[in-house]
Amino acid sequence: MALITPNAATTPHKVATSNNKKSRWSAGVAPYAEMGYYNPDYEPKGTDILCAFRFVPQDGVEPTEAAAAVAGESSTATWTVVWTDRLTAHEHFQAKCYNVVPVPGSDQYIAYIAYALDLFEEGSIANLTSSIIGNVFGFKPLKSLRLEDMRIPLHYTMTFQGPAHGIVMEREYLNKYGRPLLGATTKPKLGLSARNYSRVVYEALKGGLDFVKDDENVNSQAFMRWRDRYLFCMEAVNKAESMTGEIKGHYLNVTAATMEDMYERASFAKELGSVIVMVDLTVGYTAIQSMAKWCRANGLLLHLHRAGHGTYTRQKTHGVSFRVIAKWMRLAGVDHLHAGTVVGKLEGDPNAVRGYYSTLRSAKLEPDPTLGLYFEQDWGQMPGVMPVASGGIHAGQIHQLLHYLGEDVVLQFGGGTIGHPSGIADGATANRVAVEAMIQARNEGRDYLAEGPDILAAASRNSPALRAALEVWKDVTFDYTSTDTPDAVVTPTA
Amino acid sequence: MRITQGTFSYLPDFTDEQIEAQVQYCLDNGWPLLIEYTDDPHPRNILWEMWGMPMFDIKDPAAIMLELNACRKELPRHYIRISGYDRSLGRASTMLSIIVNRPPEEPGFHLEREGGPDRQVRYTLRSYAADKQGGERYQ
Repeated sequence: MALITPNAATTPHKVATSNNKKSRWSAGVAPYAEMGYYNPDYEPKGTDILCAFRFVPQDGVEPTEAAAAVAGESSTATWTVVWTDRLTAHEHFQAKCYNVVPVPGSDQYIAYIAYALDLFEEGSIANLTSSIIGNVFGFKPLKSLRLEDMRIPLHYTMTFQGPAHGIVMEREYLNKYGRPLLGATTKPKLGLSARNYSRVVYEALKGGLDFVKDDENVNSQAFMRWRDRYLFCMEAVNKAESMTGEIKGHYLNVTAATMEDMYERASFAKELGSVIVMVDLTVGYTAIQSMAKWCRANGLLLHLHRAGHGTYTRQKTHGVSFRVIAKWMRLAGVDHLHAGTVVGKLEGDPNAVRGYYSTLRSAKLEPDPTLGLYFEQDWGQMPGVMPVASGGIHAGQIHQLLHYLGEDVVLQFGGGTIGHPSGIADGATANRVAVEAMIQARNEGRDYLAEGPDILAAASRNSPALRAALEVWKDVTFDYTSTDTPDAVVTPTA
Repeated sequence: MRITQGTFSYLPDFTDEQIEAQVQYCLDNGWPLLIEYTDDPHPRNILWEMWGMPMFDIKDPAAIMLELNACRKELPRHYIRISGYDRSLGRASTMLSIIVNRPPEEPGFHLEREGGPDRQVRYTLRSYAADKQGGERYQ
């Protein structure tokens, strides 16, 4: 790797290339850029997979060479010239970095790289990611690397199953239209017995929520084994249905150590008549694809909790942006994915979150730097994924939530339901009244974002539950600066 | 009990003026409206009876309210809902659905539990109203 070390100028190869350009096929080390991995004249094809990588080269390493190295190491290259490339149509199989753009005001660059469709196995997130993020993130000549966005061509998208049911089918299945769905995560998430746990589920569903949820780490511990939880929760779900005349669900978490265990749990959930199961992102891409396939075959919705994603999505100098994870999960086939709240307790810049939501729900996207969207994206007729907003949100923020997140979303109020001063059912009712009142006002053409507090106050006159919720949480906000923001900002014009 | 299907069941029942505003919202979005009724509000009874055809060509909310009130007059003790429908590519589904008439008494549902082995319970939800024949419910 002599050519892209900090002391590149003193290495023999650098001297050789600057004075006397080597043959492409001379044995030894050659710059990636000279091996065709950097090609500013390349025009990406409609069938190419495109990637935008944010990177910082080590000192002394040319940005174009570093970008070419990323293209090389994520496709065909190794550290030295190999004659066996000449047995292949190597120009076709090698990835091409076709543009490198500095990020103003920083030491960062964005590398745009095109990959031929034929580099990838059909319908496999594991294969796609083993190539694109498989090797390159530990690469020494880079100080940092982050995969910001991908353009998945429709040709490749069509090889994936996609969401087991999708937004439209989910709404028709549940018979719920025209408003955000409402959920809550059972709290405390660890330590409740199955019987006590089902009390929380029942009260929340009876009070007006559509779903209650197992938390990511509720699997099958000594204090509550999965089978007991499933039985008690389904009693709660069925009883709540009889009390409301609505279809209700509890996300039964099937996350487990092996696929065999997950299938066993999911099959039991199906036998009990649950409309939905969930898995955690920690089970891995292949397991998620397997569960998505199982869910489509068995008629259960699939909820995905993005447990662990913050370890590689949050920092702008490392990892994979959540918008890419969102794309992969839509391909992998989940029906629900946690995608941020904007106003809640967890990381989420408003514009970046809007970009994630568009990625999950839209049929076609245009590039939009203000939302962090680097590329166009055509999903064809692949159904949308229902985004889930969860973490530190409450009824008093409904106008903001509707404004930022729209209508096709599950709003999950855990503390904001269970922490209600007059009980869980009242907490659920408060959230339901608030969301219905805000939808009514929006549809009547009111400026609901500006008038939100007035609309809620008016609705609370008929709802003591909402009145109490607004009183107890009126001043709760989580106003911190985001770490993961798009580079471009909209400058307001006069 | 109060059945809470529909977009706005946790708010007080809408006045005609409030219903008309929602109808206008549907029309503004290009969504035709459909009136349906039933005497069996089981949550999985998807196919309520249609009050005529979907009103693809009626763009005047007042005319739609006339239809609705004709339906209410004939079936005052039924559940009646009005829904907006979006035919667009990738959606082709209901976008809004409001229960606009209810029987004076809503008897609700009986939850039947059939005990089985291994602590499993088979649940069945039965509308009390469905104990009577269709047409004789809510008399």
